[in-house]
Amino acid sequence: MSTPSPTQDGPDGPAGMSRRQLLRHTAWFGAAVVLTVTGGEVISHLGGGPAPAVAAAPQDPHALRFVQISDSHLGFHGPANTDVTGAFDHAIDQVNNLGFRPDFVMHTGDLTHLSTPAQFDQVRQMMRGLRTGQVFTVPGEHDSVDDHGQKYRATFGAGTHGDGWYSFDVKGVHVIALVNTLALEKLGHLGADQLDFVRKDVAGLSSDTPIVVFSHIPLFAMYPTWGWGTDDATQALSYLRRFASVTCLNGHVHQLFSKTDGNVTFYSATTTAYPLPHPGQGPAPIPVTLPAGQLGAALGIRDVTYRPGQHSLAIRDRKLNDWRPA
Amino acid sequence: MRLSRTKLVLTAVGAIAAAAITAGCSGPAAAGATPAPTAAGEQPMPGMSMPQGGSGAAPAQDAPVATNTVAIQNFAFSPAIVTVKAGTTITWTNQDQDPHTVTAMSGPFHSPTLITGKSFQYTFTTPGHYDYLCTIHPFMTATVVVTP
Repeated sequence: MSTPSPTQDGPDGPAGMSRRQLLRHTAWFGAAVVLTVTGGEVISHLGGGPAPAVAAAPQDPHALRFVQISDSHLGFHGPANTDVTGAFDHAIDQVNNLGFRPDFVMHTGDLTHLSTPAQFDQVRQMMRGLRTGQVFTVPGEHDSVDDHGQKYRATFGAGTHGDGWYSFDVKGVHVIALVNTLALEKLGHLGADQLDFVRKDVAGLSSDTPIVVFSHIPLFAMYPTWGWGTDDATQALSYLRRFASVTCLNGHVHQLFSKTDGNVTFYSATTTAYPLPHPGQGPAPIPVTLPAGQLGAALGIRDVTYRPGQHSLAIRDRKLNDWRPA
Repeated sequence: MRLSRTKLVLTAVGAIAAAAITAGCSGPAAAGATPAPTAAGEQPMPGMSMPQGGSGAAPAQDAPVATNTVAIQNFAFSPAIVTVKAGTTITWTNQDQDPHTVTAMSGPFHSPTLITGKSFQYTFTTPGHYDYLCTIHPFMTATVVVTP
């Protein structure tokens, strides 16, 4: 996306943060994230503050709205979901019926289950049905099972750097998309080249610029025993400490989870394919087969709204409640 | 290959320690869209505050077994550590419904994707310590120790 953003923070501008705004920032440093469940949606906002008024201003032309979908695992066959294609198709329909056209849709990896050419072709074709400004992706480990991500990059890597990382600006928000799935080790890993990219990428930005970071594997230690963490994420996050608002959105763990650490809030997304156990429940993160009729409620999509002047992003997770395997 | 087994384990332990330090910042877990057994809206995520009980070094805690066959079963390599003499061919067989790979972290061997029932063989000619994983499920780690 080549959105120039001469004014990065709306009418006040980067240097125009008032004392009140500064206090507001300070107020939610370290605040817990509150996930409110209403009518099949999970709405996140930061504790102590008002819930972001997502629905109150649906037509705000300055608002950034985007969608995160994740872990579609096209090509998966197993009792945990006998119809991952149908579920992903339903998820795309749900995105197309949100009531607004998202500025972009980001798929946070494990697009395919086994990185075959047919699976890459299928997921690319299906995502062409998304009604949105642009579709972005980051790879999961399932997208590079036999070739260090070559087929992934051939399909989705145009215009990216290194092994597929990139950044862009949209409506005053700086978005960074990272690749932490190629290291052939248990935990996620970014590597020196990518860390250097992050450092240089944000060097010229005002500290008021809201930052959104996408990765497949969490950038926080959600459960390292199962590889649910990134061993050099701390280094990357150190380059983002000076920013007032940093939001990290990941997939990989197939379940919602959120935590705040200083100026950074992490949100793990659910999947459109099959659930995984909660951390430590069972010997390994292997697909969970739910009783008939319950799968749709474990799957979902996420939409995110950022309005200039509001320094937190509103995160809304929606289940695929109405979906049943064919 | 940047990380030896030892360093990888240390890294994982460090990350666990970081998780323990920051556990107090964790917000309530979202039970709404996950297969939680109860409907409590603010049920904490099980396991999130007990990482010290984790077994990140699981393969290293298993006793080495002298064998040239490894089963891939229940999302694990079994045995997790095997010892063979140089020149031995090891055979891995996928007994899971899910596909797996046998991939050296440092590169000398890399199986294709093994569907149910498929096997992969590799002959170890050089003594050493070979860590490997499944690229599809990188939490599945194991080791071959080759002696002269």
